[in-house]
Amino acid sequence: MLQNIHQLAWLVLLIPLASALVITLFTGKNHQTSARISIAAALLSFLGTVILFFALKSSGEHPLGQPSWRWLTVGDLELNIGLHLDFLSLAMALIVTGVGSVIHIFSSSYMEGDRAYSRFFACLSLFIFSMLGIVFSDNFVMMFIFWELVGISSYLLIGFWYEKPSAADACKKAFLTNRIGDFGFMLGILMVWSAFGSVYFDKIGPQIEGYTLTNGSGGLFTVIGLLIFCGAMGKSAQFPLHVWLPDAMEGPTPVSALIHAATMVAAGVYMLCRVFFIIERSGALPYIAWIGGATALMAALIAVQQNDIKRILAYSTLSQLGYMVMAVGLGGPTVAMFHLTTHAFFKALLFLGAGSVIHGMHHEQDIWKMGGLKKKMPVTFWTFLVGTLALCGVPFLSGFYSKDGILALAYEKHNWPLFALAIGVALLTTFYMTRLFLVVFLGREKSHEAGHAHESPAAMLWPLRILAVLSVIGGYIGIEQLYGSVFGSEISQLGFVAQVFEPFKQPVAAGASIGVVLIGFFLARMIYSNADSDPLPAKLGFLSKAMQNRFYFDELYENYLIPCTQGVASSVAAFVDRWVLSGFGIRFVSGSTEILGRALRLTQSGSLQTYALLLTVGVLVILYWVLAY
Amino acid sequence: MHVGLEHYLVVSGLLFSLGLLGVIMRRNLLVIYMCLEMMLNAANLALVGMARQNGNLDGQIVVFFIATVAAAEVAVGLALIVALYRKKQTAHVEDLSSLKL
Repeated sequence: MLQNIHQLAWLVLLIPLASALVITLFTGKNHQTSARISIAAALLSFLGTVILFFALKSSGEHPLGQPSWRWLTVGDLELNIGLHLDFLSLAMALIVTGVGSVIHIFSSSYMEGDRAYSRFFACLSLFIFSMLGIVFSDNFVMMFIFWELVGISSYLLIGFWYEKPSAADACKKAFLTNRIGDFGFMLGILMVWSAFGSVYFDKIGPQIEGYTLTNGSGGLFTVIGLLIFCGAMGKSAQFPLHVWLPDAMEGPTPVSALIHAATMVAAGVYMLCRVFFIIERSGALPYIAWIGGATALMAALIAVQQNDIKRILAYSTLSQLGYMVMAVGLGGPTVAMFHLTTHAFFKALLFLGAGSVIHGMHHEQDIWKMGGLKKKMPVTFWTFLVGTLALCGVPFLSGFYSKDGILALAYEKHNWPLFALAIGVALLTTFYMTRLFLVVFLGREKSHEAGHAHESPAAMLWPLRILAVLSVIGGYIGIEQLYGSVFGSEISQLGFVAQVFEPFKQPVAAGASIGVVLIGFFLARMIYSNADSDPLPAKLGFLSKAMQNRFYFDELYENYLIPCTQGVASSVAAFVDRWVLSGFGIRFVSGSTEILGRALRLTQSGSLQTYALLLTVGVLVILYWVLAY
Repeated sequence: MHVGLEHYLVVSGLLFSLGLLGVIMRRNLLVIYMCLEMMLNAANLALVGMARQNGNLDGQIVVFFIATVAAAEVAVGLALIVALYRKKQTAHVEDLSSLKL
């Protein structure tokens, strides 16, 4: 029994799919049943993952046996749907199903009264299924399939209120932007296959053991690394493919929480860590680090001047993802995954908190119409405070440990530009989060709705409480050690107290981190403590306008890049259509058939003697042919 | 002058070719029919010549068969032509093209 425990992973993977199917096919009419099925599926998956996790921990064998199922064979290539169960995938699956379950419960209350309540839960289940597929996959092809499934699930959920034109546009934008990255990912997979003859992580690993960047294969590895990173760039919304993520806020708020915390954007970083053994041999690492850094800085700057509560959080996610990608680029998948985990906790908390605020404010999202919510929504206030502090990196909350890990990494690698950049981003993070918090929860009520705001029901508050606890303790419950064991870095097992004070071993990084938190906090307090409108635009002038307009990236794409590519695409399409399809494919084939037909019709004269002549000629030709040789 | 096998075969070939030409080029059904008979007899001549050359009777026996079959065929063919003439009031092949769609 126990040696077959790994087969349980099939259940973990397939239960959400079954839930999506059952809801779609049978219980669509009955909203309550649909929600219960979906929540139960998420919880069962979570339970199964917990069991698998402890089975792995106690068995000592690593990874756990790999259940796999032959899907198809093409020539030498055998494609399996196989489940890779190591600490990396199981920890990630814990986040996906755990945070996912919490979000399911939150949604059951938040989405109450929506016409398409059942459809929402079917899509959520599908999303969880797709994400688990990516997490468990043991080869590139399976990962790519589920990668695309995540794309389509996000499309369905971002465009959930498809009758709103902005939502319909946003889901298209998300899907298409992701496709650009996915195309690079697909090329990368094909290159991996042609270079190593295998798409299985386990088989590629030993094969490239001896390679390093300098012994001749560096170029190949660099190209592969960059192409694979393209995929992560799309899913994890890195510059220049970041434009879809803020627009994805058009979806319902729990979806934003799911996309930003547990699924979708985490997929890119997770994938980079999963194939880190390839990337670390490539020259792509500096590019990855710098793109991550650039994204972090740009998004943090934009977040400073946004006024929509969800958009601020969206840019904050972008910025934190930039941190994670930067960590991967600096050669630290352990801290990248660590930050991903803690970020999943507090970002889900912040988004659900924002959802609670929006719910209480009757779907008002402008922070300058809120204010004074502290008294009216106490639970939301306290939990949101925890999330904010964790995101800022206040000591002894989870965000402090993971962010400090990244800063320390940059410091240890002596990468001063990126270290300075990361410090700057930390400052900006504290600044915009304090701004958001002060304007929304403290100060005066800035609108009629804020005066009549009400606390959300218990089904929405318990998820907040659970996530708040995780956001506090996430830093010292051994998550980093867990990932460290996967990537073989030397992180010693520490006692509890030692873990709590572990960051201070690198005093420069920790000191800088705490310093900028204080500076950011006081700056924001000075400017926003009693403001009724944003004083910054007047002070910063055109810079603030550029931040508000997201540095004009959307306009740039809209006005230059898209017309350009569309022009090329349409002329290529016109050429193919006119000359290849219409010219050769249709006119040449039909014309030659017609000429042949006309020629042959001449022989069908109806005159007996012509037939006799043709017969004679035919016999003579055959006779000549037979006798002449 | 010695008359050998080759003379018979040349005459037979000439007759066959003339018959074939007639079949292809003449317009009157009756003439075409006579040309057909000529081709049969060209074959007969060649068979008899070869039988003589080989010194056995195989060829001659085949000739008898051909003559018999030709007689039967003439009877049927002529009857058909007469019937056709009665129906169409013509015996010219150009006028008989109802097989053409």
